[in-house]
Amino acid sequence: MLQLPEIYAENLHRWLPELLYYSLTTLKIAAVSFFIAVVVGLLFALLRLSHNRLIRGFAVGFIEVARGLPIVVVLYIVYFVPPQLFPGLNWSWFTDFTGAVVGLGLHGAAILAEVFRSGIEALHKGQREAAISLGMTPAQSMAYIILPQATRIILPPVANYAIGLLKDTSLCSLIGVNELMNDAKSIAFADYQPMAVFVLVAVIYFAMSFPLSMAVRYMEGRLAVSR
Amino acid sequence: MGQMDPLLRIVDLHKRFGELEVLAGVSLDVKRGEKVSIIGPSGSGKTTLLRCINYLEKPTGGHIYIDGTLIGEKQVGGKFVHLSDRELAKERREIGFVFQRFNLFPHLTALGNVTIAPIKVLGLSREEAEARGRQMLEKVGLGHKVNEYPERLSGGQQQRVAIARVLAMQPKLMLFDEATSALDPELIGEVLRVMRQLADEGRTMVIVTHEIQFSGEVSDRVVFMDHGKIVEQGPPKSVLFNPQQPRTREFLKHLQER
Amino acid sequence: MNFFQVMEQKGWYFFTTLMGGWPETLAVAVCSFVFAMVIGLVIALMRLSRWRIPRWFAISYIEFFRGTPALVQLFVIYFGFPDIGFQPSPFQAAIVGLGLNGAAYMAEIYRAGIESIHRGQMEAALSLGMTPARAMQHIILPQAMRTMLPPITNFAIVLLKDTSIVFAVGVVEIMALARNLVTETLQSAAVYLIAGALYLCVTIPMARLAARLERQRQAWQ
Repeated sequence: MLQLPEIYAENLHRWLPELLYYSLTTLKIAAVSFFIAVVVGLLFALLRLSHNRLIRGFAVGFIEVARGLPIVVVLYIVYFVPPQLFPGLNWSWFTDFTGAVVGLGLHGAAILAEVFRSGIEALHKGQREAAISLGMTPAQSMAYIILPQATRIILPPVANYAIGLLKDTSLCSLIGVNELMNDAKSIAFADYQPMAVFVLVAVIYFAMSFPLSMAVRYMEGRLAVSR
Repeated sequence: MGQMDPLLRIVDLHKRFGELEVLAGVSLDVKRGEKVSIIGPSGSGKTTLLRCINYLEKPTGGHIYIDGTLIGEKQVGGKFVHLSDRELAKERREIGFVFQRFNLFPHLTALGNVTIAPIKVLGLSREEAEARGRQMLEKVGLGHKVNEYPERLSGGQQQRVAIARVLAMQPKLMLFDEATSALDPELIGEVLRVMRQLADEGRTMVIVTHEIQFSGEVSDRVVFMDHGKIVEQGPPKSVLFNPQQPRTREFLKHLQER
Repeated sequence: MNFFQVMEQKGWYFFTTLMGGWPETLAVAVCSFVFAMVIGLVIALMRLSRWRIPRWFAISYIEFFRGTPALVQLFVIYFGFPDIGFQPSPFQAAIVGLGLNGAAYMAEIYRAGIESIHRGQMEAALSLGMTPARAMQHIILPQAMRTMLPPITNFAIVLLKDTSIVFAVGVVEIMALARNLVTETLQSAAVYLIAGALYLCVTIPMARLAARLERQRQAWQ
């Protein structure tokens, strides 16, 4: 029978610092992809609401494709496809880290675009009408009236997305990024302790995502009360 | 433009939604300082007419002038072209619109609702805007509610904030779209009182309403609409108490029976 | 050889090879879906239980499985279980891993569905002499099904997409075949784009179905 406490007593002082160091890479991937996802997602949400049919179609197409693909496939496509399509260019800057954040960021943009759009559409159309009847331009009514209200509605799903993103960074190990999961694999197989190491890694991921899930619970509770 | 020209001139306005013709050629002049009430059965096109004046709906035909300026479109080489959103926004500053369902901004306080457009649209400083905003809230009797959020206000109070919000823009023309029909009966009075006060100040107002008695008291002219057309118009005394058209008579009789 | 020449010469070969991964992909998806539906219902009922211990267990289960990556869970099962004397096959590890993970999500879907039914329904059923279990089975769940159908469809899509990580524990499904093809021909662009297209052919229609179900549900209410 496996004696986990003893294994940890013996090895934790070697494993933990290393795993925590690579957790920073994981957090860095998550933070940069989150930023990309919010910016690009907002852009696509606005394109999706455009009056121009061509622009709207482009946004819908992007969102459907990016949401329909497994993240692993997105990562493989983003990381491996462009250098092969345009072999003449200089791709040395396109590291596995860059590929990871672009891939996760674009995938997240599609998810957030839908979140943003439903947040914007949840508002009564009277809000927009009231704003423009006061002489605001559509951009002003978006900035001062629609977005501030939509923010409250979309905060919980955005936080949920952030939790998912944090976990999805583990897939970057499959394209060779040296983050928490990849490092865990190398320790687990080098020390022949897969159970102990992977359980420890699960706990580390949980420790990173749990505060976010508490925040979501808090926000959902508050929203429910204010209604 | 001389003082005698109408402030609002509507020329042969048409609006169709697909197959449905909601406005079938409406022409109407409103003089400076004049109070015009529009009455008529639901579906008669009166709300659509009001929304077209503010270009919340794009008319499918006809033209609207305010102070002699074409609204919502411009003439380029003999052709009429719709204005851009930015140009439209500029014109809407001059026209105040009071909605049936208030449409207050729930994320802003009463004062925030009243000051946001003066600050962002007119470019007033916060101090100026707040001074003006307080004054307007005072005027509608809500000086003590400046820091309340809309959800804490009654329907009547919300509608009065909405009126103050419009007043703070100092519009040339105020449009009221059934401003009291979403209110409980006991709250209607306070809103009508504010509207009457504005009428007494000599503002130019176009009022779509179901309150026949009120329209008789405040307006200089009553317009009866049905099926997208103006059926009859004139001083309240004649339209409301001595209507010439059978359809007007029928409508008024119907109201009395309720 | 540029991309288009590769597609012309090898495209069909890549396509047919990758299509060969569908049976395994679908087998993993369907088995873990059934697994998640069953375990998820159990967890949901525990979550709504009157007793503290099952409720507490259900909350911990849901929090833990939703708070850790599915890939880690798979690795614990496939590489870790041998340490405690049990060696699952890649397929077993995949369906248990994705199934347990999915159960946490399904439990929340069931719970939201059950809670969306008015309390009066349960009271009415009990007043007719039904046991709580009978009431749940005959009155609450059939009604909740309507609310749950769109999220369950969405869950199925997520699960199908998640099967793309099980190659990491040795299941030979579409992505595993894709990686093999890339090793064999070095044509990653063509191979991964075709693999992506295969997934899209299934996930996009499913997503549209889910959206339609959601619109219908809203129309009912």
